[in-house]
Amino acid sequence: MKEELFVSGRNIPNIDPYLNIWHWQIPLYLFLGGLAAGILFFAGYYVVRGKENEMKTTVKIAPIIAPIALVLGLFALFLDLKHKLFFWQLYTTIRLESPMGWGAWTLMIITPISFIWVASYMKELIPGWNWKFDFLEKFEAFVIKHRVSLAWIMMVYAIILGVYTGILLSAFNARPLWNTSILGPLFLVSGFSTGLATIIWMSKDANERKILSRIDLVFIIIEIFLIVHLFMGFLAGSETAIEAANLFLGGEFTVSFWVFVVAIGLIFPALFETLEIWGMHVPKWLPPVMILFGGFMFRFIMVEAGQITRYLY
Amino acid sequence: MRYAMAIDTKKCVGCGDCVVACQTENNVPHGYCRDWIVERVDGTYPSLSLEFRSERCNHCDNSPCVRCCPTGASHIEEGGIVTVTHHKCIGCGACIQSCPYDARYSHPEGYVDKCTFCLHRVQKGQNTACVDVCPTKCLHFGDLDDPNSDVSLAIKDRSWKVLAPEAGTKPQLYFLT
Repeated sequence: MKEELFVSGRNIPNIDPYLNIWHWQIPLYLFLGGLAAGILFFAGYYVVRGKENEMKTTVKIAPIIAPIALVLGLFALFLDLKHKLFFWQLYTTIRLESPMGWGAWTLMIITPISFIWVASYMKELIPGWNWKFDFLEKFEAFVIKHRVSLAWIMMVYAIILGVYTGILLSAFNARPLWNTSILGPLFLVSGFSTGLATIIWMSKDANERKILSRIDLVFIIIEIFLIVHLFMGFLAGSETAIEAANLFLGGEFTVSFWVFVVAIGLIFPALFETLEIWGMHVPKWLPPVMILFGGFMFRFIMVEAGQITRYLY
Repeated sequence: MRYAMAIDTKKCVGCGDCVVACQTENNVPHGYCRDWIVERVDGTYPSLSLEFRSERCNHCDNSPCVRCCPTGASHIEEGGIVTVTHHKCIGCGACIQSCPYDARYSHPEGYVDKCTFCLHRVQKGQNTACVDVCPTKCLHFGDLDDPNSDVSLAIKDRSWKVLAPEAGTKPQLYFLT
């Protein structure tokens, strides 16, 4: 028998009996951040490849979602803060050791870029659009002239943003479920997949959807592969890591993870996308909705479950 | 200088005086505590073993809470004491997630709060409140760099352990066993 009791009494809100200091705000932000990263990456990618007109939704229309998602995500992060009026302290220091520190700066860079990107296509999307002020017109002309450079910067920052959503969690040594370096690439791939799903859902061009579905399929397969590796790593690890994995292999998150994240979020959409490529008719909205739902559940479950895992002593 | 604490698990009776002394000294809000006592029972009847531990922040040498703080509110004071500057803390919760000992909590006013090793007393050359009040004298505080300090002498001739050394944080609470 091994029993530990707080004989002095200890029932601190959100700390005892198990840690629950991060609620829905963090997974919502991780989801929206990953989604925006995916959309912005592919918008930049097809501009660099010179396929602006073939991939109209990817480059011009879907990016409208990105600034909205980023602003909503930032607002969710703000809601998560407990000492809200001091949030500006984030931007008084640069602390490279702190993932949250450089993540805040990444958001400070990519959010304006996403606004500028959308603004530079306003005239193409809405005929007769007028910026009213001369300096805005000049700025637009400057952006359009240097669009390829902007696309490169945006792609790099999209990758940083996507990886950051995973590293935010993996940097915490004290939470064994999160403390694995595979979380960075896993969240990046999952974020890109949700971004692609959004574009596929929005696109009216069958050819564009087909190209994106193929890419998405590859991302889903990589994601499944990374999830398998995640659990192989845990099960080959220390007792804390094995306990973390057991939450998903028979523990309280088993059903929610394997049904919502793996089956509905990855395997079924992959199947449907394959059938679609083979020429069968699948409702256009179905795979994207499943991927988005799975992506959100994945982050929600990881944040919730990770806080339960801890060192045993 | 390296402040540390030794806790004699053979002498501690789990009375909770250290907890109350801390709450009084530091105006800890109702329902919260910066230190606490764990009673650990091992074995099967009739061969049972019992251990009392007065636990608090470990003021780690390699403190993950200081590393992950995005604003620098969590920082290291003289002698390795880890504290939080309230007006710099945004309450993001990163340091709470990073602590293997769950020694931090969110103060009702929003900022993150924790044991300060009674920095305000230590700076005046006094002991921490918990050490001063302990009726069995099982708590020892002092400077590890000084071989004649209370804590150095306490760990010199006894076997001791630290909690979760595998977390790599180099904790500075020495539990005498």
